[in-house]
Amino acid sequence: MTGPKPLGEVGEAAIAKHTSRASAIPSGADQLLRPRADSSLPGFLRSLPGVDQVGLEARAAALATRSIKAGAKILALETAISMVDLTTLEGDDTPGKVRALCAKAKAPDPADPGVGPVAAVCIYPDLVSLAKAELANSPVLVAAVATAFPSGRSPLSVKLADVEAAVEAGADEVDMVIDRAALLAGDYARVLLEVREVKKACGGAHLKVILETGELATYDNINRASWIAMLGGADFIKTSTGKVAPASTLPVALLMMEAVREYHGETGRPVGVKVAGGIRTAKDAIRYLVLVNETLPGQWMSKSLFRFGASSLLNDLLVQRYKQIHGVYGGPDDYSLE
Amino acid sequence: MTTASNERMKEVSPAIEYAPAPESRAIVSIRERYQLFINGSFVEPQEGKYFSTINPATEEPLSEVALATEIDVDLAVMAARRAFDEVWSRMPGRERAKYIFRIARIIQERARELAVLESLDNGKPIRESRDVDVPLAAAYFFYYAGWADKLEYVGPGPVPRPIGVAGQVIPWNFPLLMAAWKLAPALAAGNTCVLKPAETTPLSALLLADIIQQAELPPGVVNIVTGAGETGAALVAHPGVGKVAFTGSTEVGKRIQRTLAGSGRRLTLELGGKAANIVFDDAPINQAVEGIVNGIYFNQGHVCCAGSRLLVQESIAEEIVERLRRRMASLRLGDPLDKNTDIGAINSAGQLEKIHRLSKTGEAEGAVAWSSGCMLPERGYWFPPTVFTKVEPAHTIAREEIFGPVLSVMTFRTPAEAVQRANNTVYGLSAGVWTEKGSRILWMAERLRAGVVWANTYNRFDPASPFGGFKESGFGREGGRHGLESYLDR
Amino acid sequence: MASNPTSTGSGRLGVAKTRKLFIDGAFVRSESGRTFATPGPSGNEVNVAMASRKDVRDAVSAARRCLPAWSGLTAYNRGQILYRMAEMIESRSLEFAELVAVREGCTVAEAKGRVEMSVDRWVWYAGWTDKLGNLAASVNPVAGPYFNFSLPVPTGVVAVFAPASLLGITSVLASTVAAGNVAILVAEERGSLVSTSLAEAVATSDFPAGAVNVLTGIQDELVETVSSHRGIDGLDISGLAPELRVASESAASSSVKRVFSESVVEWTEPPSVSRVLAFVEVKTVWHPIGI
Repeated sequence: MTGPKPLGEVGEAAIAKHTSRASAIPSGADQLLRPRADSSLPGFLRSLPGVDQVGLEARAAALATRSIKAGAKILALETAISMVDLTTLEGDDTPGKVRALCAKAKAPDPADPGVGPVAAVCIYPDLVSLAKAELANSPVLVAAVATAFPSGRSPLSVKLADVEAAVEAGADEVDMVIDRAALLAGDYARVLLEVREVKKACGGAHLKVILETGELATYDNINRASWIAMLGGADFIKTSTGKVAPASTLPVALLMMEAVREYHGETGRPVGVKVAGGIRTAKDAIRYLVLVNETLPGQWMSKSLFRFGASSLLNDLLVQRYKQIHGVYGGPDDYSLE
Repeated sequence: MTTASNERMKEVSPAIEYAPAPESRAIVSIRERYQLFINGSFVEPQEGKYFSTINPATEEPLSEVALATEIDVDLAVMAARRAFDEVWSRMPGRERAKYIFRIARIIQERARELAVLESLDNGKPIRESRDVDVPLAAAYFFYYAGWADKLEYVGPGPVPRPIGVAGQVIPWNFPLLMAAWKLAPALAAGNTCVLKPAETTPLSALLLADIIQQAELPPGVVNIVTGAGETGAALVAHPGVGKVAFTGSTEVGKRIQRTLAGSGRRLTLELGGKAANIVFDDAPINQAVEGIVNGIYFNQGHVCCAGSRLLVQESIAEEIVERLRRRMASLRLGDPLDKNTDIGAINSAGQLEKIHRLSKTGEAEGAVAWSSGCMLPERGYWFPPTVFTKVEPAHTIAREEIFGPVLSVMTFRTPAEAVQRANNTVYGLSAGVWTEKGSRILWMAERLRAGVVWANTYNRFDPASPFGGFKESGFGREGGRHGLESYLDR
Repeated sequence: MASNPTSTGSGRLGVAKTRKLFIDGAFVRSESGRTFATPGPSGNEVNVAMASRKDVRDAVSAARRCLPAWSGLTAYNRGQILYRMAEMIESRSLEFAELVAVREGCTVAEAKGRVEMSVDRWVWYAGWTDKLGNLAASVNPVAGPYFNFSLPVPTGVVAVFAPASLLGITSVLASTVAAGNVAILVAEERGSLVSTSLAEAVATSDFPAGAVNVLTGIQDELVETVSSHRGIDGLDISGLAPELRVASESAASSSVKRVFSESVVEWTEPPSVSRVLAFVEVKTVWHPIGI
């Protein structure tokens, strides 16, 4: 490590240049940093309160015992459906697969047109233009993972080209990965720089910053990564790529929500949270919504500020919703398998 | 925090209103009347008197419970003595152990039933009776069962012997759990017991009597006499009781100590508290706020070790209070049987009156009360979670135990001042310390005059861990090897 | 005999020792100005300070002030100071033997044996200071991600109603201070001279001022004041006359004092660590284990 770099050096220019989406400019960020005792980024990150693992996990576990019934359950299930980023991120994703995914995203339950649509589909950049065409005239957004997803191990120029290609192809949202190695090596400035540069490359597209919490080892690192992403201009912070275990967990999500709440409290800018990876059941999804409900102001209970990155989750949400409304459980083949 | 951010914090209003999620009452059948449990069976009280126990959340009567008089207490002590002489003290430890293990297992099997009954009779949220009281009660029996055949390893000195009959008087805040804290070590050590539950919460102990029958514990080994203060007084004064264990108020504890003066009979007391929960500016702040909430609002603050005095480093006092208020706004008060309830009912009209009185004193002395303004049900006994700021160490609410959901916030400047203020109380049961600095935790823990110091956590209990107070919080320990020593003679 | 203060064989008039109270590291007369006479080693009468309620008050204040200093010393350090007591008594063994002989009605040779036992007993307790933790502490295997330990800490200010014999006084005092408590020794009337001589050994043993305070007087008169004093945390009534024990224990309840009563018939019995454990509090500390 070469020692802390002044924040101005790493990213001020990037912020200044970025003007396309006024609401996304973290105007409070640099003001926020200045009065701190140590105006360098590492100093700021070290000044964040510590996170006690046991206490955090105990709080998440306590909230997981909430029992959501009746009308509240239907509302939660339908809200969760609307928040799904229906995802396929495999090497064998063909146009056919993506077309099926888009159809499912638009109308998750063909028998009940009142259900859905979901928030977005989440795919690799080369499939964006296809998805855009499939989703034309639909409110479903197209999110592309970029920046050498999932490992992020490419030069910044390649990552930026990846982003630009996705945006060029019409991506509404870009899910980038942070440089976890840089974060673990203490090169926070590098991580921030990349987020800012990607944000710039996104233009009008929304930026979701994937922290890949499963590789960050400690909650303190996750907290720091959350702040770096928000300071860099993230519209969402996202837990995981789905390619690393553990992916999203309740305590991780709770911690990121708390970071978002603090950041909102200090700057007034709301940042969304996306939980991704391993969320397969409606019960899991409702637990995340309980965290949102009891941690963040009401505006977060919407797809504009909370998302689930998932694939099989959607069907369980549909099954449970059907049960809640009609009193009987659906069968495994009642819904398509995308 | 800026004023603007304070304003933003207030925006919190839950987007999803939870529908009622009540635990079913059907699992428990409450009898119309409960007799005394003496010598293995339920028997009519000699004077035939009964008193009623109510559901504090609705004020509806739940059942009639026998009122034990001196004569009944005498019968119970004699039954216990007989069981001690003829059965229990002669039984090999490994056999005693198996009986106690059986009780633990049956508590686990009937856990839901016990939890529902506890919440009905006590008013505590089902979330707590289900996740804390009942599992811990089973754990205490399970832990001490294993000691029964290992008494020679308890500590240095000659092989210990049981004392005889233990007379045990327990409070209403954790009725089943306190019964377990008392009975399990006593039985493991080879004593027999006469237990007196609190008059407002006798039902879970009487269900425990049922469990004891199911476990086929020999008659007289555990006897349960119900009643109020007079019944308890008769029990502790009974010359046939070789060991008295009391958990309850300091006032009654002192009276019991006086009663036993010069008798040579053994005594342990677990009394009141006014614990300091100390938060430094480098605390893990979100977990600290959770710890403050858990410290004072757990079980409606009906906890002897409750963190009722919040001592915050002056530099972060405003921020902590702001965060605390926001967190308190999300506490859910209401039906104790609802699985989403965080704050249940106050246990009795008398206790509610005491909380009101002390809160009014607090305001009269210049402290400022804040509560989240949650709606209180019309029937039953309720008090909203409340935090007092502008509290000075000399104020009544900073010194007297309130035993309710009422927190007093004070500040300190230095670690030494924090210790000084924390120790400036006649009590010494527990304390909390929140800081990320390890050496400071140990420095504080060394100086705090309290039997339990929770560092970066609060209100944790475990059968393997000794619990008990300094100063006027009592003497003797419950839990662990130390807890067993109170029931052994050398 | 050379140490007889009244007269010597050469016709020289001996210089008698004024028997004072020992409070806060200083030898003081009772604030009441009272004394009482007790038989001295050569059949003479010796005047001894007769402590009053206010002397109790002063002794408690001194003890409270000293508590952080004494209990804050390392156990190793406390052990050395207790061992120093043994050295000091050994060096005054003749003086103590004479006092013991007259008090306990034995020959000086027999008394010397009892002084030696007392010296050895100080040594025995001195060794406990840094072993008590190993004996009474525990690491508790709780069912959760917490490091949980319990350790013995001193109760605080302990008033000791001492028996009359040197060995008895030694046992009750040494065990109390070995655990890190500060002590107020209330001498039994017949143990007054031994107690005041013991105070001199304390004064030369590196005890911080106030760690051990010695009051001579009439137990009957002091029992209520001492037992009800709210600045006292523990009471050892082993040396208290049986008829005073109920009153003492009863008064002790007003501030929930720990009361220890050991009906020792013969102090020559081997010492037991239970005396040291009588005035310790078990403190349990919890901390989460996490990263």
